[in-house]
Amino acid sequence: MQNTKQTSEFSSETLELVNKIIKRYPEGRQKSALLPLLHIAQSENSGWLSSETMDYVASLLEIQPIEVYEVASFYSMFNLQPVGNCVIEVCQTGPCWLKGSEDLLAHFEKKLGIKPGETTADGRFTIKTVECLAACGNAPVIQVGTEYHENMTSEKADQLLSKWTAENKCSHTNPYL
Amino acid sequence: MAQQILLNNIEVPGLASFEVYRKLGGYASVEKTLKNFTPDEVTAEVKKSGMRGRGGAGFPTGMKWGFIDKSTNNPRYFVCNFDESEPGTFKDRHIGQLNPHQLIEGMILGSYALGARTSYIYIRGELFYVLRIIEKAIEEAYAKGFLGENILGSGYSLDLYCHPGGGAYICGEETALIESLEGKRGNPRIKPPFPAIVGLYDCPTVVNNVETIAALPWIMNNGADAYAAIGVGNSKGTKLISACGHINKPGIYEIELGLPVEEFIYSDQYCGGIRNGNKLKAVVAGGSSVPILPADLILRTAKGEPRLMSYESLAEGGFETGTMLGSGGFIVMDDTTCMVKNLLTFARFYHHESCGQCSPCREGTGWMEKILQRIEDGRGTMKDIDLLVSISKHIEGNTICPLGEAAAWPVASAVRHFRQEFEDHVKLQQCPLSK
Repeated sequence: MQNTKQTSEFSSETLELVNKIIKRYPEGRQKSALLPLLHIAQSENSGWLSSETMDYVASLLEIQPIEVYEVASFYSMFNLQPVGNCVIEVCQTGPCWLKGSEDLLAHFEKKLGIKPGETTADGRFTIKTVECLAACGNAPVIQVGTEYHENMTSEKADQLLSKWTAENKCSHTNPYL
Repeated sequence: MAQQILLNNIEVPGLASFEVYRKLGGYASVEKTLKNFTPDEVTAEVKKSGMRGRGGAGFPTGMKWGFIDKSTNNPRYFVCNFDESEPGTFKDRHIGQLNPHQLIEGMILGSYALGARTSYIYIRGELFYVLRIIEKAIEEAYAKGFLGENILGSGYSLDLYCHPGGGAYICGEETALIESLEGKRGNPRIKPPFPAIVGLYDCPTVVNNVETIAALPWIMNNGADAYAAIGVGNSKGTKLISACGHINKPGIYEIELGLPVEEFIYSDQYCGGIRNGNKLKAVVAGGSSVPILPADLILRTAKGEPRLMSYESLAEGGFETGTMLGSGGFIVMDDTTCMVKNLLTFARFYHHESCGQCSPCREGTGWMEKILQRIEDGRGTMKDIDLLVSISKHIEGNTICPLGEAAAWPVASAVRHFRQEFEDHVKLQQCPLSK
């Protein structure tokens, strides 16, 4: 049930933002806008980057598709496979581990019946483990879209899951807006 | 109360808005500097202040600026390193989120000193919500004439932009950051040439940490001598310490360098002691990369002197009995903590974050993670412990960038100071501390 729709071209509003971003870099250096554009493209294509989507980004920046693939595959925020509607990223590095991130992860796994890297059968949730989110003072920490949720507990996780289920939470929103 | 340079107004409601920031004296340093100082005089002032880079390396900031090549007509770039990702470090986010204008004010000063007409704030992609706050503040600064063409009629013009990363710790290394800003994989460059000669778009570039840049307005307002009067020895000024782990009061504290470590951990003004009245077991004092120290060696040097929060005192004893101030990421562990498991999480981190260019790091970090997992699971041998140390020694010094050392030091230091605990895992064939 995962969304695997083909890439769609950016709307005129998104293109306006894209052009504004490209102008931030010197002439002929438009490739610099690649990471910003990949973030936008991922958010507008169900939270992942298909090769069609990456080819489209390459065409906007007038670079070769391979230059996009090699970058998208390097950075951990880009998903190269379909994901659920709401991606829950659980930090597992030292400071979060000291404050119980393993129990928190186990709680999410049990509640959703999936392991990290997997998506629920209804396509709603994906769990992903991530490395340090730099909010260690409020560990354990999770990220959903551009939101951080800090000082997490299993009770808080339950509340958030109920809320997200009720509102059909989508974590793929244009990060610039 | 310690002198506050970065956090003095942090709790003022609405500080992120231009209005409130300006009312509190914000942007005064830009007015003063553009009117009364030449760019080279700003660099001289920063040199004199004794400011050292707050990202972790502690390199003198003014000296770094002094290396910039001003001999050609190429554009020069000033870049803010906001790729805060070193485990235990969460101070820059605090500034960006609550006091973005102080960072922008510092960016204007640094850009002016270096002669940059375009500057970038490279912020880790996970912090898009902070990027939005900074972009809003940048818009306000443009509207009020502190950015853009002919700032305050001085003839100096500057454009400032934010640039998001994509989730890669390695982009905190300045040449990887530059590659990333050019739209490439974050592979560190071979140095020399250093960025001050060949940096962004092959032009002279200086990259500085958020905290370093945010301190510049205070230095220009109050003078280098006032800044250098704070601190101890070659550790001048204040430092943000982000404290986490098993303490009663995790958070971000601005200290005058030279504060005793014991006071920092136990005083109610700072960490407030160890949780549940437990005993202190170990501290990672400057972000996950620096050597871990057991309680006795973090509180006192091997010579028995009180350990201070300064570059020199934390390093006292070298890597045998000392550590580093690093980024100020202060991770505290109580006596319930397994040293093997803690190290395993760091080894996994470095394995995940290795860019893969250099084989010792690419392969070695994976081997270390695997061996640590084996020991933690009770499947390790005594030989594995020596093998770990041997791998760490073979990574150290054999890579293009310091991620190799960052991965090796925690391993070598944990085995050095807690070898018994590793051996217990092997003998018991399980973790002695696991539930």
